[in-house]
Amino acid sequence: MRKSISLLTLILITCATCAQQTESEIKAESPVDFHYTTELIVPELNIPWGMAFLPDNSILITEKSGELILFKDNKKTIIQNPPNVYVRGQGGLLDIALHPDYENTGWIYMSYASSEDHEEGGNTALARAKLNNNTLVDFEVLYKAEPNTKKGQHWGSRISFDNDGHIYFSIGDRGNRDENPQDITKDGGKIYRLNDDGSIPSDNPFINTQNAKKAIYSYGHRNPQGMTKHPVTGAIYVNEHGPKGGDEINIIAKGKNYGWPVISYGINYNGTPFTDITEREGMEQPLFYWVPSIAPCGFVIVNSNFYPEWRGNFLVGSLKFQYLERLVVENNQVIKREKLFEHIGRVRNIKQAPNGYLYMAVEGQGIFKIIPNQN
Amino acid sequence: MKLYYTLIIILTGLPLALQAQSPLEKSIKRGSDLYEDFCVSCHMSYGQGIPNVYPPLAKSDFLMQNRKASIKAIKYGQTGEIVVNNKPYIGYMAPPGLSDDEIADVMNYITNTWGNKNTKMITEEEVSLVEK
Repeated sequence: MRKSISLLTLILITCATCAQQTESEIKAESPVDFHYTTELIVPELNIPWGMAFLPDNSILITEKSGELILFKDNKKTIIQNPPNVYVRGQGGLLDIALHPDYENTGWIYMSYASSEDHEEGGNTALARAKLNNNTLVDFEVLYKAEPNTKKGQHWGSRISFDNDGHIYFSIGDRGNRDENPQDITKDGGKIYRLNDDGSIPSDNPFINTQNAKKAIYSYGHRNPQGMTKHPVTGAIYVNEHGPKGGDEINIIAKGKNYGWPVISYGINYNGTPFTDITEREGMEQPLFYWVPSIAPCGFVIVNSNFYPEWRGNFLVGSLKFQYLERLVVENNQVIKREKLFEHIGRVRNIKQAPNGYLYMAVEGQGIFKIIPNQN
Repeated sequence: MKLYYTLIIILTGLPLALQAQSPLEKSIKRGSDLYEDFCVSCHMSYGQGIPNVYPPLAKSDFLMQNRKASIKAIKYGQTGEIVVNNKPYIGYMAPPGLSDDEIADVMNYITNTWGNKNTKMITEEEVSLVEK
């Protein structure tokens, strides 16, 4: 009897230390009547973190290891003078984006892990440069987060432009969950907004807040690795990694706090809780949260005529479950989720190119074009 | 009598305390911190990995029988198929960017945790000698 009581106590204690999680209400399904295929356009890439489509249909590709590749006429060329990258953990050469008026300005923006300054370790940087004879020239660092740290986690760092010439980029909490995301005097766990030349917009939310990092646009983020401009509203949307459960989709609004780690639908990797609340006044609720985590990366909202059935849908790569997730959203509610191209590999990025086709970057493989079948 | 017990406690506790300071124990502790930063999001808290996606480290035959190949995978990354506990894994692990001493610490941690046991400590020098 005593034995069974102590066993029961043990079980109760064990259960009490394991947090209960509410799974996402809408589950991801396998599609029926699916008529899309993939064609491998750029083969043999390791971690194609970012991609940008040039006006001549060539593609600039960042490899996390630090290589910048130009894929043109079915040939890869290594671009010279890439950013000086600190490869550590999840950090390396990360996203790449063209200026909205690239044809006239020639500016190419890149985010990367940088050990600039004199401390050891690194932090996320944003830079711009121009491409000339397969070499980067006129290189300028626009932002460098501080301080450097040897932590390998959570660098962000996707890049997007809005319709008013601002550049947005994300920096994750850099593995310092309890200090960075909720403190606007510190870098990390933020979405930043700059003018295209790196200067700080005069209407940034914390421009008059003492000691604040003036480039901050929103805070309380964990590690956003997907960012896109809504093709209709022009708003900036992100997806971000939670810990174990609690990945989120958020619509970014000026000066808002997205709550990490005070509120979260996630728990620690080892199953213990770090917070017991999922909402609090003054903190934004996500548009959607994933439990269990899919490890989201890359983000696009489809508006191409080539995919009429997917128009307005969200596409998000899943690193963990190795598929492309399609989310059908109505009135800011996810009403359906589908697992596209299951088992294709770790989907690192998804973009809609100016030619209207969707391109998906898969680790260890390369870049696939998504093709709607004829008939 | 009390003194006797105190002495017993001190005498039995002392070697334990000294043992906790051994280079291997220290290395395992450092390795545990690095694991939480660099490895846990794929290989998970109990080294169980994710079925069919990321191979387990706990009771992994590959890890425990292929010391050099395991060091090499952490140092330079891992591509192509590997077979772990009779299951194939075809993935890509990027080199996490750890220094040789950190790789030794992580290896000492993962080969001595979750039921794994390795008394022959991995050293920075051993890691430095592993070539691509």
